[in-house]
Amino acid sequence: MSTTMSEQRAGHSASFGGVSARSAASINEPRIAIRTLDFFYGDNRALKAINLDLPDRQVTGMIGPSGCGKSTLLRVLNRMYDLYPGQRATGEVLLDGENIIAPSVDLNSLRARIGMVFQKPTPFPMTIYDNIAFGVKLHEKLSKAAMDERVEWSISRAALWDEVKDRLNSSAMGLSGGQQQRLCIARTIAVRPEVILFDEPTSALDPISTLKIEELIDELKHDFTIAIVTHNMQQAARCADQVAFFYLGEMVEVSPAVQMFTAPKERRTQEYITGRFG
Amino acid sequence: MPETPEHLVKSYDQELKRLRNMMTQMGGIVENQVALAADAIMQRDAASATRAVEEDPKVDALEREVETFVIRLLALRQPVAGDLRQIVASLKITGDLERIGDYAANVAKRAIVLAEFTLPYSLAGLGHMARLVQGQLKLIIDALGDNDTDKAMEVWRSDQVVDDIYNAIFRELITYMMEDPRNITPCTHLLFIAKNLERIGDHATNVAENLYYAVKGESLPDARPKGNMSAYAVVRPRE
Repeated sequence: MSTTMSEQRAGHSASFGGVSARSAASINEPRIAIRTLDFFYGDNRALKAINLDLPDRQVTGMIGPSGCGKSTLLRVLNRMYDLYPGQRATGEVLLDGENIIAPSVDLNSLRARIGMVFQKPTPFPMTIYDNIAFGVKLHEKLSKAAMDERVEWSISRAALWDEVKDRLNSSAMGLSGGQQQRLCIARTIAVRPEVILFDEPTSALDPISTLKIEELIDELKHDFTIAIVTHNMQQAARCADQVAFFYLGEMVEVSPAVQMFTAPKERRTQEYITGRFG
Repeated sequence: MPETPEHLVKSYDQELKRLRNMMTQMGGIVENQVALAADAIMQRDAASATRAVEEDPKVDALEREVETFVIRLLALRQPVAGDLRQIVASLKITGDLERIGDYAANVAKRAIVLAEFTLPYSLAGLGHMARLVQGQLKLIIDALGDNDTDKAMEVWRSDQVVDDIYNAIFRELITYMMEDPRNITPCTHLLFIAKNLERIGDHATNVAENLYYAVKGESLPDARPKGNMSAYAVVRPRE
């Protein structure tokens, strides 16, 4: 995989006017390193020998047609598949060098280190305050004051504080879809994870709420390593530092976003992103 | 280039085809302008000169049409990858073609002035240069029609010869001017004509570079064969 990364960095400088794709994107050292990862739903091999690095404090976009394996990969990264019998992963997913798909890994602490935000906002049917405090209490014992502070910090980081600070004790179900999604992001960052996985986080939101989430992702990447699965190609282009294209369980190409959307290396990528597939 | 499959959205394919057609149509008009301008000098034919100049508004109109169409495509289709490169390249290429048209018109206008003078020397060198430039232009316009990067490379490499001839003509004309001040007016016009032809070659090379990037996704090397040394030329009178 290290060869793939260096290939990425050495990507040719195709461009108009001499501004190279390379200068526009430099890729950090990996926070998560996926090595020859296979995943099976029963006998169905849904991921085939995936090698991919998630660079530290950068955004990795994952694109590809439905059923290509990109959401499956996210589910592997925080071991969500453990909830289902008959699903298994082989290979390695190294988080800071530790293989997190090994059976010995403690799932509760893993899921605090790798948070996930889903397609549909999933607030708990409780107050806004408790939505945040609930997860924190599972991992840490905080005083009331410290918890208040944590709640404010995480809601502020999710760019929601000004909108909800006067109604922290109202039900989260009364928030708009976009606000609910930002609350879910606040809930995810409240436990201070290293990595945040976004599974089509804006596909149920209106365009303005979508832009707010994208702006937020841009902000969050200063502190967190981020992976985002999206069907919206423009969103991948806007948000991601590097983009991986998946097809039929294989990772076809990973390139800096600029290169991916101006001069992708692989023919299948070119055909998919320009809308010529099938 | 391997066959590219069609878009899932058919109207997008039609739009890209229309864009390419506008570009080749513009190329055809410009090629004709340059041919008329070359005839105007070599045959000393004022009618050809007038026709070359009259073609110019058509080229300008087509350039504006391409501009509007490209802006529309960018806004509505949000193109990426090969489509994006083709669309942006079209914009740049039509800009180059428009400049070529301007140079051809300028050559033609000077041909009209030149017709008033008796020239005491041969225009063979200039004729040779005009034919080479016309060859380059024809080749690159063919290349545009079928996205042929081999032809684009050929044009890109061939510019050196045009530059060499230009350098020779530059020196020759200065010599005539030093021999007899009455040569200064016609020779200055001839010098501008040669310069314009040389610039047409340069723009053909630009088109080649943009076409190559649009098709291949990578740039031609920065160092292209260049030979226009006239900026450094000094011709001294004999003692």
